[in-house]
Amino acid sequence: MYIIVVGGGKIGFYLTGALLSEGHEVLVLEKDPARCGAICEELGSVVVRGDGCEARTLGDVGTERADMLIAVTDEDEDNLVACQVAKHMFKVPRTIARINNPKNEALFKKLGIDVTVSSTSLILEHIEEEVPTHPLVHLITLKGGALEMVEVRIPPNSPVVGRRVREIALPPDSLICLMIGKGGAQVPTGDTILEAEAQVIVVTRPEVEEALRAALTE
Amino acid sequence: MNVVIMGCGRVGAQLAALLDEEGHKVTILDIEPYSFRRLPSSFNGTPLVGDGTDEDYLKRAGIEEADAFVAVTQGDNRNVMAAQIAKHSFNVPKVVCRIYDPLREELYHTLGLETISPTTIGAKLLRDVVVG
Repeated sequence: MYIIVVGGGKIGFYLTGALLSEGHEVLVLEKDPARCGAICEELGSVVVRGDGCEARTLGDVGTERADMLIAVTDEDEDNLVACQVAKHMFKVPRTIARINNPKNEALFKKLGIDVTVSSTSLILEHIEEEVPTHPLVHLITLKGGALEMVEVRIPPNSPVVGRRVREIALPPDSLICLMIGKGGAQVPTGDTILEAEAQVIVVTRPEVEEALRAALTE
Repeated sequence: MNVVIMGCGRVGAQLAALLDEEGHKVTILDIEPYSFRRLPSSFNGTPLVGDGTDEDYLKRAGIEEADAFVAVTQGDNRNVMAAQIAKHSFNVPKVVCRIYDPLREELYHTLGLETISPTTIGAKLLRDVVVG
């Protein structure tokens, strides 16, 4: 595949290395001459100095035959424009934008960017996982963002301790699909009894996350 | 009319002053408070420090009740992004966006934004002066 990477910062650099090692044809567009030099030295002549938001630059590097354009600068507006120019002027079939401000995720989707990756949200989720006292941890957002999997630790003083799964009023669209307790991991049935300190893995919707946390821990 | 302007540079400030003089309700956004020095002392509108590509600041600037939104910061991409937020997320009836790069201007014009490229207009005016 021919892949154009816009932005030769840390993410652009490592992404390009990974794509090259998978055998793709990769080209990086980077405005800063010093960054261009550094990338060229490390990865070979895969970088062109230029603004990836400019139609002329994109035309010069043969964007019309690109299979994919990935914009990973640290400015959301630049990533948006690079993807929109690629998509609408050069008919690039797949555009991927890095998003720094998680608020922009919905907007980018609405404006036709195929895939968005929110670096800030990803880092936050990973840090949350490492904070042991956090009662609710995001494990994965299922494609499209409508559903997610979260992990909840049942505190010893929670009213659900000793109750059957069927007796617990969970918010809508929420399902306990795994309980990891003293006896190991098990897929619970309605009769499974919730243990103190157990970890439960729940499929839920982001909007009812807070209600879910309250139902299991308060 | 309720007008929100993003970018208090020379053009933004002058436009804000003109509209204000004509009796329109103007809110002008800029990330740099020092930019508001360009507004005349008689200005009755609201200067607001904030980033116009952030929906929360746009809401604070009253974008939900705005009849028009104008994006005139120095950055083409910032203008394009803010204008698209105003148009597609807040359904502002009139959205105008300044884009210096003529090719980018063409593209966003065909995508349905109302755009102005001072580069194209300026070059044409100068040409007319040069060749008479």
